[in-house]
Amino acid sequence: MTNSIDNSPASSRNNSPMSHTEASTASSTTEKVALSLKKRHQKEKRFKSIGLFAVLFGFMLVVILIGDITSKALPAFHQHWVKLDVNYQSDWLSVDDSSTQQVLAKQLKSANYRKVLKNSVYQMFSTSTGKKLSRKEKRQLFKLFSTNAEFTIKDALIAAPNQLNKQVTVWVRLDDDVDSYLKEDFAVGEAGLRITKQQAMWLAQLATEARIESRFNVSFFTASDSREPELAGIKGALMGTLLTMFVTLLLSFPLGVAGALYLEEFAPKNRITDLIEININNLAAVPSIVFGLLGLAVIINLFGLPRSAPLVGGIVLTLMTLPTIIIASRAAIKAVPPSLREAALGLGASKMQVTFSHVLPQAMPGIITGAIIGIAQALGETAPLLMIGMVAFIVDVPTSIVDSSTVLPVQIFLWADSPERAFLAKTSAAILVLLTLLLVINVTATVLRSKFEKK
Amino acid sequence: MNKMINSTLTKTIISLSLGTVALMSSVANAQGNSRDTITAVGSSTVYPFSTVVAERFGKNTEFKTPKIESTGTGGGMKLFCASNAIDTPDLSNASRRMKKSEFDMCAKNGVTSITEVLVGYDGIVVANSNASEAMKVSRKELFLALAKEVPAKDGSEKLVTNPYKLWSDINPALPANKIEVLGPPPTSGTRDAFAELVLEGGCKKFPWIKAIKKQNKAKYKAICHSVREDHAYIEAGENDNLIVQKLTANPKAFGIFGFSFLDQNSDTLQGSIIDGQEPTFEAIADGSYPVSRPLYFYVKNAHVGKVPGILEFLTEYTSEAAMGEEGYLTDKGLIPLGEEKLVNVRKNVLSLTPLALNK
Repeated sequence: MTNSIDNSPASSRNNSPMSHTEASTASSTTEKVALSLKKRHQKEKRFKSIGLFAVLFGFMLVVILIGDITSKALPAFHQHWVKLDVNYQSDWLSVDDSSTQQVLAKQLKSANYRKVLKNSVYQMFSTSTGKKLSRKEKRQLFKLFSTNAEFTIKDALIAAPNQLNKQVTVWVRLDDDVDSYLKEDFAVGEAGLRITKQQAMWLAQLATEARIESRFNVSFFTASDSREPELAGIKGALMGTLLTMFVTLLLSFPLGVAGALYLEEFAPKNRITDLIEININNLAAVPSIVFGLLGLAVIINLFGLPRSAPLVGGIVLTLMTLPTIIIASRAAIKAVPPSLREAALGLGASKMQVTFSHVLPQAMPGIITGAIIGIAQALGETAPLLMIGMVAFIVDVPTSIVDSSTVLPVQIFLWADSPERAFLAKTSAAILVLLTLLLVINVTATVLRSKFEKK
Repeated sequence: MNKMINSTLTKTIISLSLGTVALMSSVANAQGNSRDTITAVGSSTVYPFSTVVAERFGKNTEFKTPKIESTGTGGGMKLFCASNAIDTPDLSNASRRMKKSEFDMCAKNGVTSITEVLVGYDGIVVANSNASEAMKVSRKELFLALAKEVPAKDGSEKLVTNPYKLWSDINPALPANKIEVLGPPPTSGTRDAFAELVLEGGCKKFPWIKAIKKQNKAKYKAICHSVREDHAYIEAGENDNLIVQKLTANPKAFGIFGFSFLDQNSDTLQGSIIDGQEPTFEAIADGSYPVSRPLYFYVKNAHVGKVPGILEFLTEYTSEAAMGEEGYLTDKGLIPLGEEKLVNVRKNVLSLTPLALNK
């Protein structure tokens, strides 16, 4: 666009002196060429610099975007843990330590770990300060630790039941408010956001005893969604995305290629095929939420497939990506030179043989590009998934295409909507994962394409 | 060489398509008549609370973690009321009470026995960046600032298109800044509640408008619930975090959102004092802050006993540790019911007393 706008005044400027010179002075052809050559070179230079500027500008925007997301995501990749002296007293756990091992193992599963955690923590702090904690102080103190801490100490005891009635050190996560506080640069013992002066003093005490440690946040990759930012991970959403994309690819690629081949190579050219073509082009522009409504009405209500399942998500996204794949595939098939087909037909090959042994391999790079664009679109889609129940809080990691699951963009959307501050970093980190996934898909496509092009 | 590739390609395509068909038919058959996970749908405002309970329930019990969808109150009701079939949701979250029309829709589809659970309260705040001063404003002034049509300045009983540009045009005591309020779009339950509690609350203060209510309810609602469309009220989308970020960037603007977002961002934001009350946890809990709404969820009684764990989930939700004065839901920003009400709610819920809506 820029080029054509830029061109028209230049060419009109170019014309008028030319006609002028022709009319008045009789200059030699070489002079005229030299004059216009300089202008043409200038034009080329100008266009080149505009092009370069456009590329640089685009690149700069990408750098800013990725830089911003990465800087916001960084806090999500490490997490503060604290070392506690946990006292597994059997009367706190309310288990009978004289019972047999089997009975004890069963009792340990449903024991009162909250009480163990509370009492152990109160013990740690009251012995070090020498005075008893008030009720309010106890509440504040207990808030320093993640709500998951009781489950961490439970797992630790179940893994080593001989620690019953002993005092051992266990590392547990700190609460997300504390974690955010420690990640920001507050002076030692200074109150911060949602951290009181008293809590800050306790934290300073823990820090001087070298009980606080910052670790790489493994659970971000191994855990599923949680309402506690310090526990939330992307594994469930990532699995959901992979399963959904698997279904989408499995359905849309063969269907899309078959449809495109039929329409290009076999279908007669008449009104009906014209109508189909128009409809396919229209479908490519339909807002994606419409496909979600269709999915709800037909796939879930009529066919009775389960809600929130990657299978249904995959089918809905297939409807969305099919037109893209068909249109791209048809363009690629059209670009195969007719001489190739005619030569093969001339040698006695059947139409089917021509299509599958000559046309399809030639068109494959283009088809793959189209498929990847379609899949990449589907990868970032949330709107159609709302209707079929994939915008949901799902803790269990899906293992098959009929389990309830959510997908990465939905996870990002849900986290971005959460009031807890620490989810901001999680959101950015999840975006980074999504971008990485996209990058992997694109690289695979490029490798595949160059492989096909060589042949 | 080429031929070989092509034949494998053909085979792959054919086998893939066959596989898909086989897969789909097998799945359709595998759909049984039972379910082992509780499913809930509904309001995105109740979502943060129900999910916390669900997560703890999944960790503390042998049952699976319930699945909570965020579909919006109205959308949730449609799914919930569709039928008593086992593949419909067991619970529906709502940021307002179930409407009579929804109750009737449920009854028409055979969903006749529903238990109502009052979860707690959620305050709606009007907040701005604490780089500027907190505003003291009445609901009447907020109505004048944000309604589409307001009573004429001369005091006559006539409606004119909202003429106010600056806050100080309404009341000289208010700051001389442009009226600029970021709030949720009409699809949001927060917006409904804001219109009902603040705009209508302020609108009623004009006796002649209040008189219209008796003659023409629709007209009254149109006057009191319509929000101006001349860019003084900016629809900022459903994402409250986005509004919070915009307020920090623009200290002169105000935002409308749930109390939990103010609570989480108290270092950068402050709530406006409405009718003399500051939006604090205590003021919302004891009802003195005027803009708070009840949050509910509904239980399909027909599914109790069919889907494992519903009664246990209700027990966990209504327990002292969750909904109580110092329960973990209050840590997430829920305003608790208070001792007496909670005991009452717990009793009704655990005995699955069916809801009856009369109006």
